[in-house]
This record gives sequence, C-alpha cells and structure tokens, in this order.
Amino acid sequence: MSRRISVDVAIIGGGLVGSSAALAMRKAGLSVVLLDKGYCGAQASGVNYGGVRRQGRSPEQLPLSQRAHRLWPQLKAMIGIDAEYVRSGHLKLARTEKDFAKLEAYAEAVRDYGLGLELVAGSALADRFPWLSAKAVGASLCPDDGHANPRLVAPAFARAAERAGVTVLEQTPVREVTATGNGFAILAGDGIEIRCRQLVNSAGAWSDRFAAQFGEAVPLTRIYPSMVVTEPLPLRLPVSMGEQGGSFYGRQVARGNYVMGGGRGLPLTNADYSRPSVTAASSVMQRAIALFPHLADAQVIRFWSGTEAEMPDGNPVIGPSETTSGLFHAFGFCGAGFQTAPAVGEVLSELVTDGRTTTPIQAFSIGRFRKVAVETAASL
Amino acid sequence: MSKPLQPVIVGAGPAGIRAAERVVRAGLRPIVLDEGQRAGGQIYRRPLIEDGRSYRSRYGSEAGKAQRLHQAFEALLPDIDYRPETLVWNISAPERGNQLDILSSGVHRQIGFSQLILCTGATDRVLPFPGWTTPGVYTLGASQTALKAQGCTIGDRVVFMGSGPLLYLVAWQYMKAGARVEAVLDTAPVTSKRYLLSLAAHAPRIVALGLFYGLQLQLAGVKIRYGVRPEAVLGTSQVEGLRYRRRTLTGEAVESIACDALAYGFALRPETQLADLAGCRFRFDARDRVWLPERDALGRTSRSDVYVAGDGSGIAGADAAEISGELAAAALLEDTGRALADAAGLVAAREAILRQRDILEQAFPFPDDWFETVPDETTLCRCEEITIAEGRRAIASGSITEINRLKALSRVGMGRCQGRMCSAAATELLSGACATSAGEVGRLRAQAPVKPIPLGFGGRVEAEVRS
Repeated sequence: MSRRISVDVAIIGGGLVGSSAALAMRKAGLSVVLLDKGYCGAQASGVNYGGVRRQGRSPEQLPLSQRAHRLWPQLKAMIGIDAEYVRSGHLKLARTEKDFAKLEAYAEAVRDYGLGLELVAGSALADRFPWLSAKAVGASLCPDDGHANPRLVAPAFARAAERAGVTVLEQTPVREVTATGNGFAILAGDGIEIRCRQLVNSAGAWSDRFAAQFGEAVPLTRIYPSMVVTEPLPLRLPVSMGEQGGSFYGRQVARGNYVMGGGRGLPLTNADYSRPSVTAASSVMQRAIALFPHLADAQVIRFWSGTEAEMPDGNPVIGPSETTSGLFHAFGFCGAGFQTAPAVGEVLSELVTDGRTTTPIQAFSIGRFRKVAVETAASL
Repeated sequence: MSKPLQPVIVGAGPAGIRAAERVVRAGLRPIVLDEGQRAGGQIYRRPLIEDGRSYRSRYGSEAGKAQRLHQAFEALLPDIDYRPETLVWNISAPERGNQLDILSSGVHRQIGFSQLILCTGATDRVLPFPGWTTPGVYTLGASQTALKAQGCTIGDRVVFMGSGPLLYLVAWQYMKAGARVEAVLDTAPVTSKRYLLSLAAHAPRIVALGLFYGLQLQLAGVKIRYGVRPEAVLGTSQVEGLRYRRRTLTGEAVESIACDALAYGFALRPETQLADLAGCRFRFDARDRVWLPERDALGRTSRSDVYVAGDGSGIAGADAAEISGELAAAALLEDTGRALADAAGLVAAREAILRQRDILEQAFPFPDDWFETVPDETTLCRCEEITIAEGRRAIASGSITEINRLKALSRVGMGRCQGRMCSAAATELLSGACATSAGEVGRLRAQAPVKPIPLGFGGRVEAEVRS
C-alpha cells in the first residue's frame, strides 16, 4: 500500500498534546495529519491519574496552567464530551508542621497567579473536611482544581480533530523523518509518504528519538505510574487529594470507584511496557486506609501502569527547535501534563501559524539542555 | 549445589490433583494453591459440610471418577503443601523473578516457584439476553455448584437453556434432586444432533449417557426444544418465566414458559489471566473462539518454567484435565532432568478426547448469530452496567476494531470481573460489528489483581522466606 499526503503540518504523537494541537491548527485553517504508532491517547494521556490540577506546579508553569484552566470547562463545546471533568477542588495535605510550612510558602510564592489557595490548619481541618480521618496538621485547598477521565479526553480530541478535517492515522508508526530544506519528508506506517512544511514532535516518551535526530539530544527518562482502582462505592470523597512530599494521590470518580496512585511501576525488558508495582500499590493501599478507614473492606479491582516521560528539572519541553526551522517540540510533561495539555495544543497552533505565542514558555525551551548534552558528549 | 526445586501448582481440580500426584511420585513436595475450600475443582466440587448424600446422588454417572480423585488427593496430603482458600492474584513479570502474589485468610504473601503448573480451570461462557441479570437467572455451572456444594437447587421449577453437554446433565441432576424441570431449551438446531451419531463410534459412553439423560427427562414430562433463541426473561424482581423463539419445520414460533429459576450456559471459557501475566505467548483457538496460551502436547508453554493443564489450557473436560495434569507434571520432571516416563499413551488418550470434543462442539454449536439480534437495551457488562447499545455506539463512534480499545472507551470489562465474564460477549459484539472473526479483535490484556482483593490487605503482608 502506498499513499502520498501533503499537508501544512504533521504531528507525531496522538496523545492529548498532539490531538488538541491538531484540532487547534485545523481551526486555524491549516491542513494537518496526526500520526500515532498505536491509538490516540493510549499512552501517557490515557494512563495518568486524571488530575486537573494547578496547585503544586512550579510558578513558571502557571501561566500555561491558567490558560488550560480556562479551556477545561469548554470541553463539551470543543470535543463533544465533558470527559467527566469536575471542579471538585484539590486538597493537598501536610502530615507534619514542616510540610505545612512548605504549603504556606508555596501559597505565598504563587499568590499573584490567581489560584485562590485556602490554607486550613489545626482543628479547622476536621470542621471543614469532616470525612477526612487522617491525622494531618494542615492542608491547602485549591477550590477550582478538579479531575477528569483520562481514558476519554485524548481520543475525543482526536475524533473532534478528525471531524474538523484532520487526517488521523492511528497504528501508523513514523519510520523515517527528514528535513528537506523547506519542510519535512516522513515515511510512516505501511508505505505512507507525507510532505509537510511544519512538524510537531509530541511523541511523549518516544520524543527524544525524534529530537536527537535533529541534533537536539535531551535527558528524557521514562517513568511509570502505579495505580490502584477500587470497586464502585458510595460517593464520599468530594475532592481530589494529594500529599505534600508524599506519594499518595486519590480521587473518587462519578461511577464511585476510588482511583489512587503513588510510587512507580516497573519497566519491563522492553521499556515501552511496564507493570504496576505490588510494593507501590500496597503502600498506596495502606495510606488509603489511614486516610479513609471506611475503605478497609473495599475491594481493589484493578492495578494499572503506563509509560510517561520526565525531564530532570521537572518541566516539559515546549517550543521551536533550535536546530531546524519548522520543527516544534512538546513533550516530557513529567507525569503532570494532563491539565496543561489542551493549552499546549493552542500554544503549538500559535507557534505554527504566527511563530510566537501569548503564553510565556521560555522556561520550557529545548535549548536549556544544550549545555548538558554538550557536557555529556564531552565526558564520553 | 543447585537450589532445590519448588514446583507450585495452581488449582486443585482434576488437572491440579493429577499433576501433584505425579510430582510427588518423583520425590518432590509441591505447593498446591487452591481457591476452593476443598480440593476437587468445579466438576468434582465437594460439599462444604457433609450432608449424608452419597457420591452416587451427588455426582451421578461421574461418581466413581469423583470418588477416585478425592481419594487420590487425600492420600497426597502428607506429601504436599496444600493451601485451600488461597487466591493467586498476580504473577510477577518474567524478568522480575518467579513470584506469585497470593491472598489467604486476608493475608498477602509472595511466594517463589521454580516451576509453575497452571490448572486454573474454566467458568461458564456467558452470553447476554434481555433479562439475564434478573434474580433467579443462573449460569449452568453455578446451578450445578449449588447442587454439589450447598445441596440446594436454584428453584423449584427450573428451565435450562443453552448449549453444551452440561445442559442435559445438569437438568437431569436437578430432576434427580427433586426439582421440577420445566424444559430444556437447546439453542442448537435438532439437525446438529446428527453429529452425535459420528461421536457414538468414538465415544459410545458419552452418547449413551446423553441419550439416557434426554430420555429420562422426556419420560418425566420435561419439554425439550431445539433451535431456541431467548427473547426475554419474564418478571422484574424475580424470574417468572421465559419467552423464546424457536425454529420449527414451518417457520418460527414464539412461546413462553413459566418457571421460578433459569439456568443457562454456552459451554465454558478458560481462565487464562495468570498465564497472561506470566508472559506466556497466546494463540487464537477458532473452535473455542478464545485466545489460549500456546502449549505443546504435554502442556509446555512458551516459558520454560511454566506449564498449563486442564480446561484453563483449552476446554476439553474433566477426563482430559486429569490426563493433562499428569502430562504437565511429566514434562516438568523431564525438563528438570528426571526421566520422562512413557507419556505417549497419555498423549494419545488426551488427543482422542480432543477429537471427541470437536464433534461435541458441532452437536452443540455456538449461537454465532446471537449478536445480530440481541436488543440494544440488553445489559452487556453487568459490573459496569453497560448496555449492548452503549457497546455498539462506542464501536461505531470510535471506529473501534480492538477489544482493549473498546474497554478503554466504553468501560466494558473494566469492572469487578475485569472482563472474565463479559469479554466473550464483548468480543462477539465487536467482531460482529467489524464483520470479522473473533480472533481479529485481539484479547483483553490481563491486569492484576485477576480477582478483587481487599484494600485492607496492604496492612497485613507477610513475607514468606523459603530456601
């Protein structure tokens, strides 16, 4: 089979970033092809916890995060479903005075970004959150943060993009990509040839391979969530929970299941695949009971894991390539890209059409790793 | 000196017991993990409390086999490490060591194995129809379990529906136990029974028994119907009857029958999750319409230290399970440097049974037109309360062609049973919608835990250190 496609933009990777970028670019009038080696949203976008959370992000991520915050309530209009998005509030607990001091310092540091954080300490904690059984000295609530169903969001963005006219090619791995001087030539899937003027690398945990091809090696590492899901239970946990410095997070979905995570899964020999860690899962289960004793007799019905990408400074790579004109990167979201992704899609669309974006993204430049890459090369 | 062998056998049905026996005979002491309270598996399930009933009344024509197997197991007890009521809910990935996660009396342990024989058995293959979740509707296997383990029937006036040799056997057992059997509704057309003639040449006992059950049922006034398709369970909070269509010589008739319980089943589906988690390679079996771990004639899988036996390695019934358990143990012994005693006779005996199963499958064919007609409002996945319509809608709107994708986008198979009950139906629905074969849509990836485990176990972990 052979097929030739000529478009303005090709996007490698149909996760939430790639799919929302495809939709935004199509709306901006560009012709777009969206490529995924598997199914859209089946990797990090689909296996993450589903936190739609601004609280706890570094200040340099907050403008992007705030932009995304304005987009999430518009999902239904954008992609046809609300993906179970709720503004439940995100409650971050501190188990010690020291941890609470960190929550206070964080609230102070991000005061100007409009997160509306509320600090609650001491006896007020039990008054405000009577369902909470944990011994905690304090907590920080971000009332307008929330959660959504990660299984649904990216596939719905991809379908919406397709309806808007994007050519979505799933099960179509990119075999070869080269810069042609005035664009790119891609060989993908079973004999598909694509020509495009601009190229987006949003291939998640596989992005480093494409970046390296264009002379931009990055210190990307793979991480694997370790998640635990209970059977459906009566609705009781009204917020999405996190812990300062801890490794527990949990929420209760509309169906009633508690979705909880913490620690890391275990990569298999083929690092594309992983398994949940029983050690991590049992630690999450113990912590869950400490927080919610009523869960002791609940049944766990499923563990899961998946593959995500992490950068050493905890920030993603978003922006134009520094070696290749027309190439843009967006990857390495460090297990926290779900909330920001719809905004990243818009940012990418602005970069492709105007060459600039209204959202500050300097901190995410791929250039910040150039020195590291050179030093690494020198030491070899 | 090399580490001593610690073979672990999962399951204590016909396959597991015979495997243990052979391993013990070679001087090894296997660990036998049994989810049941007493060894015997499903087919030779034993009562929880002795109620004075004889083997004959409990197991009918299979009483001798049941008794021999139970006695064999009792004799083994001093030489094996037997752990009843023990759920194996996870197997480590192959590259992370040979480790099982088990749960027993609410305590979680991890135990190692040098070799593993999986005798995980099977459960009923469930196909949905309108009203199948109404209280009073049981699977055939469950109705038989009630009789064997609890000594009770599922109702006083029972209808049996479906396909497979178990259909007539269980109906007959219920009649013998004193229940009124209102009807046996066979989904196979009467013409498919001609295959029993060719089976008679190979397995006269099976055919004779089948004829005997059928005849006795008819003599007792039980209505037997062929070519049946259920239309609806009557009653809302409790089964009051069943409405069904059946093919007749002149066309089609719609009939109703009153009952207070309905047992139905469409043969069995193997339990293969542990083999999947162990990393065994799978292949699609067109006859059973299911993915099975690859196995050789003895039960070796693609993993050198994992063996499969019994219905969990392919549906073949209790007699074949006993043989395959012994064969898997023989393979294990040979692979660990012990002589392989003559296995050729056993292999031949198992293959003869497999050939009989092929004919039985023709006499009791899978109703493969099911998903063309099942109404939209029917429950497809009862854990997650997904209807056939929602399944169909997800398939159409997501251009879904793969079963894991259907799970991700529709929640089918995402509930308590993790697809163990609904994936047969979901597979048929999806392959039907894609106009392809069940093998083309893939298989649900197994995830730990293979059955629900209590969240509270996290606080009750005991490490098990063995040499």
